[in-house]
Amino acid sequence: MSTVKDGAVTAPRLKTSAMIASFADPGQKTAPAPFGRALAALAETDPRIVGLSADLSKYTDMHVFAKAHPDRFFQVGMAEQLLFGAAAGMAETGLVPFASTYSVFAARRAYDFICLDIAEPNLNVNIVGGLPGLTTGYGPSHQATEDVAIFRGMPNLTIVDPCDSVDLEQAVPQLAAHAGPTYLRLLRGNVPTVLDEYDYTFELGRAKVVRPGNDVVFVSSGLMTMRALQAAEALAAHKVDVAVVHAPTLKPFDEATVLAELDTPRLAVTLENHTVVGGLFETVASALVRRGLTRRVVPIGLPDAFLDAGALPTLHDRYGLSKAAIVERVLEELR
Amino acid sequence: MTDNATAVRTDRVTAVRDAAYRIRHHVLDMGEVQGQGYVGQALGVADLLAVTYRDQLRYRADDPHWGERDRFLLSTGHYAIGLYAALAEAGVIPVEELETYGSDDSRLPMSGMASYTPGMEISGGSLGHGLAVAVGVALGLRLQANPARVFTFVSDGELDEGSTWEAAMGAHHHRLGNLIVMVDMNALQADGKTETVLGIEPAHDKWASFGWFTQRVDGNDVEALLDAFDRAAAHAAPEGTPSVILCDTRIGRGVPLLEQREKAHFMRIDEHEWQACRDQLTAGYAGSVNA
Repeated sequence: MSTVKDGAVTAPRLKTSAMIASFADPGQKTAPAPFGRALAALAETDPRIVGLSADLSKYTDMHVFAKAHPDRFFQVGMAEQLLFGAAAGMAETGLVPFASTYSVFAARRAYDFICLDIAEPNLNVNIVGGLPGLTTGYGPSHQATEDVAIFRGMPNLTIVDPCDSVDLEQAVPQLAAHAGPTYLRLLRGNVPTVLDEYDYTFELGRAKVVRPGNDVVFVSSGLMTMRALQAAEALAAHKVDVAVVHAPTLKPFDEATVLAELDTPRLAVTLENHTVVGGLFETVASALVRRGLTRRVVPIGLPDAFLDAGALPTLHDRYGLSKAAIVERVLEELR
Repeated sequence: MTDNATAVRTDRVTAVRDAAYRIRHHVLDMGEVQGQGYVGQALGVADLLAVTYRDQLRYRADDPHWGERDRFLLSTGHYAIGLYAALAEAGVIPVEELETYGSDDSRLPMSGMASYTPGMEISGGSLGHGLAVAVGVALGLRLQANPARVFTFVSDGELDEGSTWEAAMGAHHHRLGNLIVMVDMNALQADGKTETVLGIEPAHDKWASFGWFTQRVDGNDVEALLDAFDRAAAHAAPEGTPSVILCDTRIGRGVPLLEQREKAHFMRIDEHEWQACRDQLTAGYAGSVNA
């Protein structure tokens, strides 16, 4: 809504709006609640699947599963330690729990319970974290900008950062089939559908080259792969040919695929919806060093700071995650 | 009661009711900026905030960091819309600033944070933190012989969190008589009714068994709230037991249109409804004043 003040029309004021704002572009193809629907579908054929939530089922798409399988959904209340302790106990009895809350509460608050009750005995518990990285403008209480850094140190834990609805739908059965614990950086609500345009399937533990290119190579995970693909299109107009490597599994990391792509003279850039400390960039950097490869890598990610509250598009621009900011950064590097 | 005491009492009740009306009005104005939000909760606790800021708290509006101020810790960061309204009523932030609520670069973000807003003592939002911090503030103030009291606002949903009960044990163990907790018992959480999410009753017995001076009142009854806070204040002592007031409130209180909303946790209110909400609020208030 534009407002008229002193005869001049001012631009609409961007607002924080919903806590769980969508990062989909206007008019973009989306799929509703892909995680919840995939989990509900999987449970049709696998009686071991159970769902749990800590007073956030509606906000992690778990309510779709709860509605389809009410006898296999457990509401534990806003008690994250109970959530993961109980999920561990259920797994001990042979069930395959998916336990959902926001990423901040899983990573920061329930770490000890996930670590000792789930990861150490290597149980098949699937931790589902909503609002990963910068997917809410609600401020540091809800922005899980360091969840990957926290969880990467946990032995046995597989970490998946999906790009879109295709990734999510295909990941759910693979996470359930994987014997040990997993952490899924959940995208919820109307989730963009992006990777269907490419010859791509999700394989747990594998990175994929989704777009070839001669001048620049992007290594990205999560929703930043969507932005990487958009930026690659935009950079083509500047006669810059960009390859995009999507690495949705952050741990264990597909070093073979990623390092093969980085071992070239192209400008190398990592893109992640996470602080540049302890996430994809440092995963790539340590892999390079271990293999004795000397390469400069430009990190695009969130700063090592508590972020502002505000409207999501504003914040993605401010912190360099928007398509425009990526294009700008790459052109600057090539100058 | 003597005539004088009766007059004083009447003045207190009137002042609080007027303040609660203005707080509710501010909440609706702020809610309209976003078109949605935790409006229902804020309306529900407006009486509680009015009693606190109008009648109980010692503070200096022009000096939010005054050392001897009573602290008000908002553990439920998402109730910030209510606290901003109370801070405007208290003169700590200008009323005109409320229209920036939740906008980019505003001092009034949707979730309350200490670094953004004068008068906001802690950054809440991750629930179940407020009481633990309050224990530290209360210990620190007592150690420094500071007579200030620590008022802490938590929600019934936060009683789900183990951390709240750890803090409750700690507060009693350390005899924090300078700590007064108010719990918004609105019976609603993100996923639905509190009784279906995780049953917390009998809440009174739980707090009492933890050694707290425990009261339970109608959180929308100004006179009952005043009595409860007066009793808690009379009970306060540097080496006493902490106090808790469980306040049963009604979501959307004061605006019948919103009291009846089914989807009440995070309310969406259509553009054309805001004025109707304000009209209902004003009509109800006028009715109560004339009654």
